[in-house]
Amino acid sequence: MAEHVLDVRGLSVEFHTVYGRVQAVKNVSFHLDRGETLAILGESGSGKSVSASAIMNLIDSPPGYITAGEILYNSESLLGMEAEKRRRINGQKIAMIFQDPLAHLNPVYTVGWQIAEILTAHGVAASDARARTLELMQRVGIVDAKERMNYYPHQFSGGQRQRLMIAMALGLKPDILIADEPTTALDVTVQAQILRLLEELQAETGMGLLLITHDLGVVAEVADRVVVMNAGEIVESGTVREVFKKPSHSYTKKLIGAAPGKGGFNRVACDTPAGPEPMLRVESVCKAYGNFMALRNASFQLMHGETLAIVGESGSGKSTLAKTLLRLEEPTSGQAHYMGRNLFALSPKDLFAMRREIQMVFQDPTQSLNPRMTVGQLISEAWAIHPELLPAAKWKDRVAELLALVGLPADHARRYPHQFSGGQRQRIAIARALALDPKLIICDEAVSALDVSIQAQVIKLLEKLRRELSLSYLFIAHDLAVVRDFADRVIVMQGGNIVETGSTEQIFTAPVQPYTRALLDASLAADPDIQAERRRVRELA
Amino acid sequence: MMSFIGNRSLASAVSLIGLIILVFFLSRMTGDPTSLYLPLDASLESRENFRRLHGLNDPLLVQFGRYVLDLLRFDFGDSVRKARPALDVVLAAFPWTLMLAAIAMLLVTVSAIVIGSLAAFKVGGFFDRLSSILSLIGASAPDFWIAIVAIFFFSVSLGWLPTSGTGTVWHWILPISVLFIRPFGLILQVVRGSMIAALSSAYVKTARAKGVKDRAIIFVHALRNAMLPVITVIGDQAAGMLNGAVVVETIFGFPGVGKLMIDSILQRDFSVVLASIMITATAIFVMNLLIDLAYAALDPRIRM
Amino acid sequence: MSQPQVRDDAPLPAERNAVAQVMAMLYRDKFALVAAFVLLVIVLCALVGPELVGDIAAKQNLRGRNAPPFSFSQGWSFILGADALGRPILPRIIVAARNTMLIAGASVAFAMFVGASLGLIAGYTSKITSQIIMRLADVIMSFPSLLLAVIVLYMLESSIFNLVLVLAITRIPIYLRTTRAEVLEIRERMFVQAARVMGASDKRIVLRHILPVVLPTLVTIATLDFAYIMLAESSLSFLGIGIQPPEVTWGLMVAQGRPYLANAWWLALFPGLAIVITTMSLTLLSGWMRTALDPVQRWRLEAGSKANG
Repeated sequence: MAEHVLDVRGLSVEFHTVYGRVQAVKNVSFHLDRGETLAILGESGSGKSVSASAIMNLIDSPPGYITAGEILYNSESLLGMEAEKRRRINGQKIAMIFQDPLAHLNPVYTVGWQIAEILTAHGVAASDARARTLELMQRVGIVDAKERMNYYPHQFSGGQRQRLMIAMALGLKPDILIADEPTTALDVTVQAQILRLLEELQAETGMGLLLITHDLGVVAEVADRVVVMNAGEIVESGTVREVFKKPSHSYTKKLIGAAPGKGGFNRVACDTPAGPEPMLRVESVCKAYGNFMALRNASFQLMHGETLAIVGESGSGKSTLAKTLLRLEEPTSGQAHYMGRNLFALSPKDLFAMRREIQMVFQDPTQSLNPRMTVGQLISEAWAIHPELLPAAKWKDRVAELLALVGLPADHARRYPHQFSGGQRQRIAIARALALDPKLIICDEAVSALDVSIQAQVIKLLEKLRRELSLSYLFIAHDLAVVRDFADRVIVMQGGNIVETGSTEQIFTAPVQPYTRALLDASLAADPDIQAERRRVRELA
Repeated sequence: MMSFIGNRSLASAVSLIGLIILVFFLSRMTGDPTSLYLPLDASLESRENFRRLHGLNDPLLVQFGRYVLDLLRFDFGDSVRKARPALDVVLAAFPWTLMLAAIAMLLVTVSAIVIGSLAAFKVGGFFDRLSSILSLIGASAPDFWIAIVAIFFFSVSLGWLPTSGTGTVWHWILPISVLFIRPFGLILQVVRGSMIAALSSAYVKTARAKGVKDRAIIFVHALRNAMLPVITVIGDQAAGMLNGAVVVETIFGFPGVGKLMIDSILQRDFSVVLASIMITATAIFVMNLLIDLAYAALDPRIRM
Repeated sequence: MSQPQVRDDAPLPAERNAVAQVMAMLYRDKFALVAAFVLLVIVLCALVGPELVGDIAAKQNLRGRNAPPFSFSQGWSFILGADALGRPILPRIIVAARNTMLIAGASVAFAMFVGASLGLIAGYTSKITSQIIMRLADVIMSFPSLLLAVIVLYMLESSIFNLVLVLAITRIPIYLRTTRAEVLEIRERMFVQAARVMGASDKRIVLRHILPVVLPTLVTIATLDFAYIMLAESSLSFLGIGIQPPEVTWGLMVAQGRPYLANAWWLALFPGLAIVITTMSLTLLSGWMRTALDPVQRWRLEAGSKANG
């Protein structure tokens, strides 16, 4: 057996919880050498993060216990190692960066101090540590590093914070860097920059990179080899090309099949699917919070029966737009005509009636469903508010009908939200949105909080409902890939402005604006060949 | 400096003003004001004299104006019983209470932080169980009863400690011990909870991934973050110590502000009562100011 | 990893009867179980005590003055001794339970009702109203409660009603602040936004969405507060400013026993012990409630979990 720098053999981790003993990781084996990138790909609950935590000795016992297996670093067992020796490995030989950099940096100490700490904790003199910290900060691209060494974490942006964490992890030039979902919380364009930074640093230092992620695009872009995990087990492993092009396990096939952005574009050959008049005509809507303009002169149209996607990164104003249209926030100026009537000029009574026409599905079903109400109560609340729609005697049956429409059995009406999975909760939220028989549904990042395979299911459901009930959608997303198969037309927003509008096909194949192009480039396809091609084009440019 | 005057100080300042107004109107509007100053069986004539002498027949607003002006000049009138300016009486008594409270608070803070941190570090271990018991006792025990039981035990039965008065160090032991119990129980709980939260936070995970030593993790990374909510509670409890001081001083015969207030109330010496209120409220305001400063010093997010 | 993710294909857990669930959770925390039982006994004393043993408690017997405890020579009622007028201590403690409980109970109820209402208003209405209410609360909170009570009771006369009123007022800010903080936080939650999108009125949102979330927190606080007010009332009565004879509470009994400390320690000890036992039970029960009523934490008390460590 060849010697690897990091060798995990037969690792099993168990957690003692109220549900009894849960096997989080079952007999997992993988290895990593310097200079290569291994990705652990899995959805939530797959055990990928636990495996990484085991390597770094970060599993709390209780409630977690490593019940079997070995973790070898340069052929030395990490699990049986004496405590002080084990401590010295962390940071020096194996380092880790995490998903949410704001939470993972200590808020009360300067970033300079925290970066220097990894050096001083392992015996570097304070003055040397300071000098090295400055070097590191400059290397990862922090401008004005000398001054900003004395800043605190909350004074940086999300992307900068992740750069700082990378600087910190690389301080002692470790052999292995473990990156646990390093870009999940970041905007798409920022993600691209961070991944590029990691690649550069890897080329410079020759370290091995263990990347934990649920994002197929990231794997296709960055990794050499991949290990696919599901329910604590490794279901498939191999080079990225092998696994992506010729998956053998059913779960891998399902995962790759669910990745968005591979199908054909939605047919919107005709601009007027149903009638010449637009359903929604938004004109020069502005929304300011104090001095901050969240929305500037937004103007667009939504036709009957169409799915219009609004795509933008954080701070683009897309959520503000949704809230303003629904009058959850009051607009600063502009008009929005729904079926000829200005939404912003409606009297409270008319607005109340208008609620029946336009409904919303929110991003996080865990938060958008009141945990103390049963599913039945959640859905029927709509009719409690609008009693003229449906008499109380008919509520139970209608709830059953709506649940059936979204693919859930009727007896689920008696349960509480926390008893369901994320995907099921979102279906319940959709059923709730349908309760008032709306014509337009605004989906505010409705699939962003879900696992990839579940995302595909929910989008399919939305499509089916559109056809059966003649709905129109305003679909808000932060990632272009998600809307590719689903939307008829796309609006791209940045910094409160609408940057570009067009049919899905046009936006994806022939984008006009540079920002749209940047967004497309940053969006990673779940296909290593496509990514390799894009990289080649990029390097030529 | 102005930016450091945070919510607490502001609340205290508003409270001070509110208290001034409240006390005035309560004293004038509930029954006969003279009954606050004179013995209950004073004759109608002496009451009338008193009223004329102190301008209690004037319109309310005029009286209020005079009251506020007097306060600003620190003139609370003379103590009826002691024939000295009420302010002097209060200022003579205040240092005793301050000493009692300060020593007790210091002991509480140090011991709560140490035991609470140890309890948080190993949840379910010895210190954790100890903390639960101590907190329970602290939160449930009536201080006057504990004081009496302690006196019975240590003074009457065993004769180790004096029952009351001041004078030697021994006289301070029981009063401070009794004053210690309740705030200790409460702050211990808060420290423990706060440290548990800090030790399970994401930034501690990062520190462990960096290979930082355990001791540094507890005392450098976790403790400073955990102190933020603790300081708030310490501030509340320090003010609340005056509650305990009232009882403790009364039982142990300490000549502090608490005992003074009770005595003055029972003896119907309102000027002293008024002076005590004002001095106490001002002291609390100053303390809250210091707490706000401490908060700003600990948490850079507040300074920005 | 606190709870494993619920998977799409997992079967739904079986439902359980609500009362049975509470009983089961109580059973898992033995301390809370004992505490609940003790409190039940005390409530019973308060409810029927004066009717059952009132006569025995009031009967003076000058020959049995300051009789020592732990002797059955005069019957069960003298097990804890007798006071300066020969009245048996144990029945007196039972009778005094009513006043002690009533005063604390009335104060808590009043404070919770007024505090929560003001908190709801402060959290949901305009900024100005909110600020005014908060400043008023600050006035009360910034000054030590006992001193405040002492001063106000001095200026009003000492009656049970005034006592309850003053005690309640000193505690209102706790409920007010908690309610307001929760309202402000819950207002921003997505399920409230969802209700607004459906057209729900403010009244509906407050009553149907906000209040059910706030109520458990308030009940937990109220339980602990009950203990606090009991202690406050006892202190006031002890100092001679609270309840006045011939009414009696445990605090007053301790005060009455103080002069006899040297030779009849039981006069002061046992009533105080009653206070300690009651407040301890309330504290333990309140801790149990905090875990049981929090949907995130309650798994610790549900069947099948290992010891809470």
